[in-house]
Amino acid sequence: MTAPRMHFVSVCGMLGYGFPQESLRLSVEGPVDFLGADNGSTDPGPYYLGAGTSFLKPTQVRRDLELALLAARSRNVPLVIGSAGGSGAAPHVASFVEVLREIAARRNLHFRLAVIHADIDRQVALDALQRGKITPCGPSGPLTPEKIAACTHLVGQMGTGPLIQALQQGADVVVAGRCCDTAIFAAMPIMRGFDPGLAMHLGKIAECGTLCARPGGANDVLMCELAQDHFVVRPANPQKSCTPDSVAAHSLYEQPDPNCFYEPEGKVDLSACTFEPCGERGVRVAGTRLIPPTRPTIKLEGASLKGYRCVTVAGARDPALIAHLDEWEAAVRKAVADNLVGVLREPNYTLRFLRYGLDGVIGRRAGQTSPQDLPAEVGLVLEAIAPSQELADTVLSLARSTALHQPFTGRKTTAGNLAFPFSPSDLRGGAVYEFTVYHLMETDEPDALFPITLEQV
Amino acid sequence: MRLYDRAQVIRTKNAGPFTLTIDLVFGDQASMQQVLALDRFTPAQIAALYGVEPSSVRILPFAAIRTIKVTMPRPDASSGAPGDRDVYGCQQHFPLADLDVS
Repeated sequence: MTAPRMHFVSVCGMLGYGFPQESLRLSVEGPVDFLGADNGSTDPGPYYLGAGTSFLKPTQVRRDLELALLAARSRNVPLVIGSAGGSGAAPHVASFVEVLREIAARRNLHFRLAVIHADIDRQVALDALQRGKITPCGPSGPLTPEKIAACTHLVGQMGTGPLIQALQQGADVVVAGRCCDTAIFAAMPIMRGFDPGLAMHLGKIAECGTLCARPGGANDVLMCELAQDHFVVRPANPQKSCTPDSVAAHSLYEQPDPNCFYEPEGKVDLSACTFEPCGERGVRVAGTRLIPPTRPTIKLEGASLKGYRCVTVAGARDPALIAHLDEWEAAVRKAVADNLVGVLREPNYTLRFLRYGLDGVIGRRAGQTSPQDLPAEVGLVLEAIAPSQELADTVLSLARSTALHQPFTGRKTTAGNLAFPFSPSDLRGGAVYEFTVYHLMETDEPDALFPITLEQV
Repeated sequence: MRLYDRAQVIRTKNAGPFTLTIDLVFGDQASMQQVLALDRFTPAQIAALYGVEPSSVRILPFAAIRTIKVTMPRPDASSGAPGDRDVYGCQQHFPLADLDVS
């Protein structure tokens, strides 16, 4: 028997980005069936998945998690966390659970904990690849056995299935490894028999906290109410409001297609959606449909090591240098290459000159020339990537010293070309990774890929 | 008039680490339709601005909120890979925003 309505809370858009305590207090005053929060993303780039570290600091996570956990336990409702530790591989989940245990011990909290693992066995992926069951997700190129072998961690984005299993087994706190953002919030509604299309759409909006409200920002609490044929979202913070436009605009946020998005459960079709004001500061949404897939797929993610980085930051103020940056850069590159003969050669190292103020953010496309009106100052970032940190440091050191003294047409600044703001001027960037696996894997049993560990804390 | 001045919101973001999506939100339907109808506003023209394959650019109107979505592969590299300039893809609205839409 399906309950007519359920209520839940999205604590914030990213557990660790913060939210006002008062918002959380207000959000759990009325009926609430569970609290949820997303803790991960690929947005900060491949380093974090590759290196097995979180883009959030433990102190950030501790603050938000402690408040959310206390709120959930005080109401005796589940807390569901997805993509724990940022990227949701084993080391990320372990570091998140460590913070959770520390909070539980300090606050004397006891609960049934489910940890859902998202690491994918490479042999499973290799077998699927061999059987032609893996395709690119967007323009990620063909997958190869070498790419599967080279990535440091291989994770899959779980759907609602494993979370529903964890909740059915009585979990009070669910810590999921890499997880679809929607699944965090859609699992319990689907478990209770609510419309999966509406649940997925609501999950897609809820996972960013109040990013769907005005004023925007992910760092606040969103209250969600789901009924049989519609849902309502409303910020807990009385200073914020949802509008039909703000919620509709968020439905297509960071998605390639405004009319639909794809999850393991199927295609979520937004083309017939309606968005209407609902009471004060709320928006009512209806008309979302879920179209089940012909074959279930799981999105795989992996990043591999590409080398090590060293950078320096410098300013150029001299108009002659700014007018001859291309000539100067080419001369520096050549001097560095000549100096490294017998040690290292391109493309085993790369040297990059980012020219902020000129074409740093948007690179110069083929055939384009520098603008007529040159800026008075240009900020330069010189970057070396090489197979070891020592080699990257060496390439960058050579490039920096050469760049400082390199002659160019019309040079007057014969004592030095650049203003360095720091000593030491060269900053080690550490390991450099690249997303090499971002592919869809067809599977008959998607839930079986994500084992659940249950324990009493 | 530039597209930058015509649109109310121009936001760009990764849609996954390999795809860039640009949302152009207009104040009224007429402005959105006028931009959609421009000869200069085609996948081929936008592809040339960003240095990507014409067949890889999609223009997707979402009339309910006066929005045109433009989706393409990330122009320089996948997010955060060597050679990338914008890990989140948040500042990629130029050169498209310079388009003359008068």
